[in-house]
Amino acid sequence: MEKILVGLKRVVDYNVRVRVKSDGSDVETDGVKMSINPFDEIALEEALRIKERGEASEVIVISVGTVDAQQQLRTGLAMGADRAILVESNSPVDPLGLARTFKSIIDRDDIDLVILGKQAIDDDNSQTAQMLSAIWGRPQATFASKFDVAGNKATVTREVDAGLEVIEIDLPAVVSTDLRMNEPRYVKLPDIMKARKKPLELIAISDLGIDQGPEIKSLMFEPPLERERGVMVDDVAGLVAALKEKGLA
Amino acid sequence: MSKVLVIAEHDGAILNPSTAKTVACAASIDGASVDVAVFAATAGPIASEAAKLASIARVVTYERSENEYALAAIIAPQIVAVAGEYTHIFGPSTTFGKDLMPRVAALLGVNQISDIMSVESSHTFKRPVYAGSAIATVEAPMDAILVATVRIASYSAVTDNNSALIESGDPSVADIPTHTRFIEVKSGATDRPDLQTAVKVVSGGRALASAENFDIIYRLADKLGAGVGASRAAVDAGYVPNEMQVGQTGKIIAPDLYMAIGISGAIQHLTGIKDAGTIVAINKDEEAPIFEVADIGLVADLFTAIPELTEALD
Repeated sequence: MEKILVGLKRVVDYNVRVRVKSDGSDVETDGVKMSINPFDEIALEEALRIKERGEASEVIVISVGTVDAQQQLRTGLAMGADRAILVESNSPVDPLGLARTFKSIIDRDDIDLVILGKQAIDDDNSQTAQMLSAIWGRPQATFASKFDVAGNKATVTREVDAGLEVIEIDLPAVVSTDLRMNEPRYVKLPDIMKARKKPLELIAISDLGIDQGPEIKSLMFEPPLERERGVMVDDVAGLVAALKEKGLA
Repeated sequence: MSKVLVIAEHDGAILNPSTAKTVACAASIDGASVDVAVFAATAGPIASEAAKLASIARVVTYERSENEYALAAIIAPQIVAVAGEYTHIFGPSTTFGKDLMPRVAALLGVNQISDIMSVESSHTFKRPVYAGSAIATVEAPMDAILVATVRIASYSAVTDNNSALIESGDPSVADIPTHTRFIEVKSGATDRPDLQTAVKVVSGGRALASAENFDIIYRLADKLGAGVGASRAAVDAGYVPNEMQVGQTGKIIAPDLYMAIGISGAIQHLTGIKDAGTIVAINKDEEAPIFEVADIGLVADLFTAIPELTEALD
């Protein structure tokens, strides 16, 4: 296998407690810390390990978004990716448009394997990998926790509701990563310096001629209904009494 | 008028309870007619179960040997082949539906709505984003087929007093791919109630500190007749297998009773339990965020409190 493409999405950092704007138009992202979607970091780590085992020769990171996403791509380059592509779009791109964008890069750059995070922690859609494999006409191995390449095939362990499912797929394919696939490496300072010299290509999404498909509009955002704070009991006897009162024990 | 196709989830023999909840969502669209599709190698017993679901018009079975295992790449093109009859295609937001439905949507050239938690109109829905920190109202265009997954914790199963028509559909699709092959499912099979449908659930967190210590959770669960779950931290630490994880990236559940033991209550965990009837939290740290959502809280050392509680419940 030659080339692995990895998607990196710029999202509100995992540790930020997100709030809805008072006018309900969106969530508050001004001045909030932004990071690489954690599942995408796992995807990149997996790609780098495949390359380090000599099973691939190039790892390419791609992001679709505003110029600010260059920051996350630079982090990806510092982790060890060989080059980066930013497909610039100032308006949000739905998963179908994203999948079609990735597909056009797959065709242009002859990609053999795509690894994406299983979901982005902002919109929680969990769709792009499945959509990309559909329009590519290739296998999808979603929610993967283990990925072993053997020639033009791979064996993948998937985290499913029933436990761990093992499937065999032909390559090329699309893999989406679950949490326990690996632990991403930390970026070292010299790598950040080196990453500045690695190529980062900018493409306007309009230049790719992508039909983004019928749009799903977000009409409004609201905070979730909060659960009311309950009672504290002093001891186990108090807990048993409270459970019995509710008919739960 | 809306005509909804619900894709049944099953394990080859038994209908998964997620199907009855997905039907409940579909039936809450005003004036909708709902069909259930069963893609299986042998659909008989599964279709009979599905035909009992209230609010559905008919069950259509699509039998072929390739459907023995629920592989998205194999089932998706068969759904696409029959999609023309419908305005909506729904699946459950389980790993089965999350794997399958976006593939269906992309083949149909439309975007997909994930995790419907309420139906506002035939093309407007509410869904959680940012691990449930915000609820978005989204609208899909009227002039395209609508593909979606349903957040099953938001719905109660429809009753099973129906006897809908069972028809066999034409499963002939020219090119079923062979590039994806099922090998096996490994699961820590258990006699305990299934986590996703259990009426009571007891979950343990990182504070359990080892796989062996999880025994006290199992003992309490068995006393209560409860299913057992875990926080992501406990799964990551290897105390319990992945299928027990509750939260944003694990299972979203809505039991009548949820007991969070030694779980601090990160937002990513809370999003998996916010629809529970009663939440009980037992934690040594009185500042733990889990107490902000708990109906009943107890600040205590779990290693003394849980055996004592198990003993006291008779």
